[in-house]
Order: sequence, then C-alpha cells, then structure tokens
Amino acid sequence: MAKIDTAFIDLGYLDTLATGDSIIHRLDPRIKVLTAAVFVICVVSFDKYVIGAMLPFVLILSLLMGLGGIPAHFILKKLALVSPFAILLGMFNPFLDQQTLLYLGPLPVSGGWLSFLSILLRFCLTVGAMLILIATTGFSGVCMAMEKMGMPKIFAVQLLLLYRYIFVLMDEGQRMYRARALRSFQGRGTDMKTFGHLIGGLLLRTLDRGQRIHLAMLCRGFDGTIRTRRAPQFTIRNMLLFFLSCLILITIRRYDCSLLLGQLLTGFVK
Amino acid sequence: MHMADALLSPAVGGTLWAATAGTIAFCAKKVQRDLDDRKVPLMGVLGAFIFAAQMINFTIPATGSSGHLGGGMILAILLGPHAALLTIASVLTVQSLFFADGGLLALGCNIFNLGVFPCFIAYPLIYKPIAGDRKSPMRIAVGATLAGIVGLQLGALGVVFETVLSGISELPLHAFLAAMLPIHLAIGLVEGLVTTAVVSFVWKARPEILEFSATLRPLGNLSLTKVLTGFALAAAITGGVLSGLASSFPDGLEWAMAKTSGQEELEAPENGIHHLLADLQAKTAFLPDYSFGTNEHEPATQETTPPSWLTVDKGTTVSGLVGGGLTLILAIAIGFLFRNRRQIM
Repeated sequence: MAKIDTAFIDLGYLDTLATGDSIIHRLDPRIKVLTAAVFVICVVSFDKYVIGAMLPFVLILSLLMGLGGIPAHFILKKLALVSPFAILLGMFNPFLDQQTLLYLGPLPVSGGWLSFLSILLRFCLTVGAMLILIATTGFSGVCMAMEKMGMPKIFAVQLLLLYRYIFVLMDEGQRMYRARALRSFQGRGTDMKTFGHLIGGLLLRTLDRGQRIHLAMLCRGFDGTIRTRRAPQFTIRNMLLFFLSCLILITIRRYDCSLLLGQLLTGFVK
Repeated sequence: MHMADALLSPAVGGTLWAATAGTIAFCAKKVQRDLDDRKVPLMGVLGAFIFAAQMINFTIPATGSSGHLGGGMILAILLGPHAALLTIASVLTVQSLFFADGGLLALGCNIFNLGVFPCFIAYPLIYKPIAGDRKSPMRIAVGATLAGIVGLQLGALGVVFETVLSGISELPLHAFLAAMLPIHLAIGLVEGLVTTAVVSFVWKARPEILEFSATLRPLGNLSLTKVLTGFALAAAITGGVLSGLASSFPDGLEWAMAKTSGQEELEAPENGIHHLLADLQAKTAFLPDYSFGTNEHEPATQETTPPSWLTVDKGTTVSGLVGGGLTLILAIAIGFLFRNRRQIM
C-alpha cells in the first residue's frame, strides 16, 4: 500500500513537472524519446566491469535535470524507492566472482564488487533517464512521439485513455481502501473473499463506466482515433539537434572521458 | 518480478523489444479488425482499474502477510487475449514511465514476461479448455488458479533466462531458478485464488459479462501460430544483428588486437572454452586496459614498492579514479549550480 500510495502522489507530481516550461520541455518529444533510447543503449552496452567510463553519463543527466528544472531530490528518492530489485540481483556478484581485478592501494578489489557497483550505476542511469524523459515530456507527448514512430494507433488511443482514467480510478481505489480500513478491526475483512467482492464490485462499476464513456464518445463523433494537438513538423533544426546529441552520447560511449580527464590532471601534478 | 535495464544486455533487450513490438502490432490489427471500436475505451478503463485494484491489499491465508492483485489473468478472461495483451502492455508502459518499474529497454522483456505468457499460453491452453464454454464455480476456480500459476511460472522463467543470457548478473542459472520458481509458485497460487474470487463474483452478479467476452473471441489456432512464427523470425533477425553490433561496436578493436597478439592461444587449452571466454572477457574488460592485467606478479610488485600509487604502470588506474571522481563531483556541482540559480531567480 505504502508504495502504490506514494506512486500515486508521484504520478501527479511528474504530471505537474511535465507542464513546466524550459529549454528541455520545448524540444520535440520525438527527439527526446529517441535520444533517451540511444542513452539507454549506450549505458547498457558497456562491459560488465565498467564504472569509470559510465560516470560522464551521470554528468549528462545532471545537466539535463538542471536545464529542465527537475529537482534532484525527487529523482534520487524515486531511485532509492525502486532499487531493491537491482540490488537483490546484483548483490551476489561479489560472492560469485572473486577474481581480483584491481588494487586500491593495498586493498584488493574483486571483479564481483566492480560489477555490482556497475549494476547499481547502470540502474541509476537508465531509470534516471526515463524519469527525466517523462518529467520533461509528459505522457501524451511520449505517446504522440511513439505513435508518430509507428506504434499502432489503437494502442496509442488505449494508452491515452488509460492515462486519463488512472487518476479517476486510483482515487476510487484509495477511497475504498480507506473505507475498508475504517470499518475493519484487527485485520478482519481483509481476507481474500471480501477482497474478491470488493474488487468485483469495483470491476462491475468500471465496466459500466467503460460503456458510458464509449456512448458519450460516440455522441461526440468518436471514430477510433483520439486527436491530440498536432505535432509540429520534424524540422531540419530538430534533426541536427538529434544528430548532435547522438554524436555526444556515442563519443562519450566510445572514449573514456573520465579517464582522459584524470590523465590530464595527474599529468599536471607530476 | 519486473526486469530492470541495468541487468540487460542490448542484444537480449533488443530481441525482446522486437518480439514484443511485433506482438503488439499483431494484436492491434486483430482487435481493430475483429471487434468494433467499443472495446477500446473499455480496455483503457480496465487498465486503470488494475491500478486501482492494486491499491487495495488483502491478507494471504496462512502467512499473515498482505498481497496485491497482478491482474493479467483477469484482463485475459474479461477481454480475450488480444485486447488483454494491449491492455497489459499499456499498464506496464505507465508503470515503467511513472513508477520506474523496469525501464525503457526492459519494457520489451516485461511485456513479454507478464503479457504474452498469460495471454497466449496460460489463457488459451489452460483457462479456456477448463472454463471457457461450460462454466461452473468449480471450473472457474480450477481454471483461473491453474492459469495464474502457469502464467507466473513462465514469467519467472523468462526473467531468469533474460538475466542469465545478458550476463550482467553473476547468478548461475540453477541457483537462480531454484530461488525464483518456488517464490513465483506461491505468488502464482495467490494470484490464481484472487482471480478466482473476482471472476466468480462477476459471474454470479453479471454472468453475461463473461459470456459476452467468450463469444467475442474468434481465436483460431492459425492466428496463434502466426504470432509465434512472426516474433520468432523478428527475434532471430534482430538478435543476430544486435549481437553482431554489440560485439563489434565498442570493444571490437581491442578484441582483434588481443586476438592477433595471440595471447589467448597460449592459455586456452588449460581449461577449455570457459577459460577462453573468461580470459577474453578479462582482456576486453575495464581494468586490464589500465595496465593492470590479471597476472600473478602484481601483488609481489605491490609489496616491493609500497608507495607505488603514482608509478607509471599504476598511473592509468589512478587517473581513472581521479577522473571518475572528478566527473561525479562535476555532476553534483552542476546540480547545485542550477539549484542555486533557480532560487535566485
């Protein structure tokens, strides 16, 4: 309950963030979706022991958060909230892979620790990228972009409708939860049979609601498509921007920038 | 249960993305052709219903802990497999975008694990033969429970194989299977029982809803085989292309250099293919680049020259650490810079 409850609050908050106005918000959604995909593929394609070469991607996310006005504590909180799965699957690496790969002064570091840290870093980068995407683009923007890139229309309509009704139905779910909590003492009434009736009732109401919505939509001329605000044309400027961002990402992917920086600095020291 | 981007390799993620995209395209076409557009709003609202249902918990008998509804099987029973797959896919999309469950690349895997298995295997092969045409409370209970268990077991298998094939996590296959399958057997049982409770309530209150969805499903065997061959093909092609790309894209050069210098040939016969692969991996990995090979002399030299931090062969490691640390500091500094600027403005 706690998780889904905060998730619901976050849903509203992300939606609010998406209505903001910044240089990142104003970019074409298609560019943002494609760049996010390139970003994720770049991060994921690193070898499993890599840590240092991934750090410049943190820099990029930090820059994007700054430019887009996304509060960092929100993203960090969100990351901490959903990290258990990645931690659970990664934490066995230090035990299973004990080959020593690196010495930090006198301290040997095994490959398992490196790959564990690498998994955590990957996790933060990929999830962070997606949260920033949705916080600067909004759900309808992402849907529009994916539809323009070939997602089936019926799926897009479905997604948009789902998103509209999440707010209504989650409110209803929350009310039902609260109502039950107020009436049930010592955990009575939370058994599966009651749950079945409760959810079954909600389901029947939902089905009726679906029918009413459909009739209402038909009255207003629904023909199987939802018309969103027309997407601006994909201009040359957008194209250039996309290529530029891809170029930056691939450069960072190809060359280990943090190592180069370090070499430069230690060179100066010597 | 949800796969995460962090554990996926591009080849595995891309393959499942292609397979899932193909399945979604097929289902969208099928829904559009077979049904009137009446189901589209219904699908959207039922997707939202799943979120609402997940807000209410229930106590799991005999354990005292509480659980949530997963909902895939209920959707399949109410909507039929094609429409249900689209609905599950959209639920997972919203979950991944807003609740950070999974990720952009892992979305393909998640839709496959949690959508394709229940809709196209557990539902038509288990629930429908048992409780499709002649319904009784008993049949619904058995069908929904079995289908819930099988769907989740297959999903768990999917997660295991995707993780192991990607090779980011070190978990060996058998240990991972031994951990995942029993847990998901329990989860599947609970899911099946809850599905039974909800479906039998609906059947008692408004039986026509279940009958209606049953008659609206002209699902022949033909279409299923089409789906399977379709995404098998797509998966094979993209898998081949992507794994080729992945191996040649970043580390191809180093790999080729290691190959031409002929160093593995000396060590390979020792332990056969596994050793060769491990060696190859060590060669192409992060640290050997930093002049820190996995040779055994390293500790000895370490001891003889204690302040060896800044000697030449350790140099690259040090610069790696310094550079990495600095990049992180820079990232944090940018964050603070923007925050301060926002406060001033």
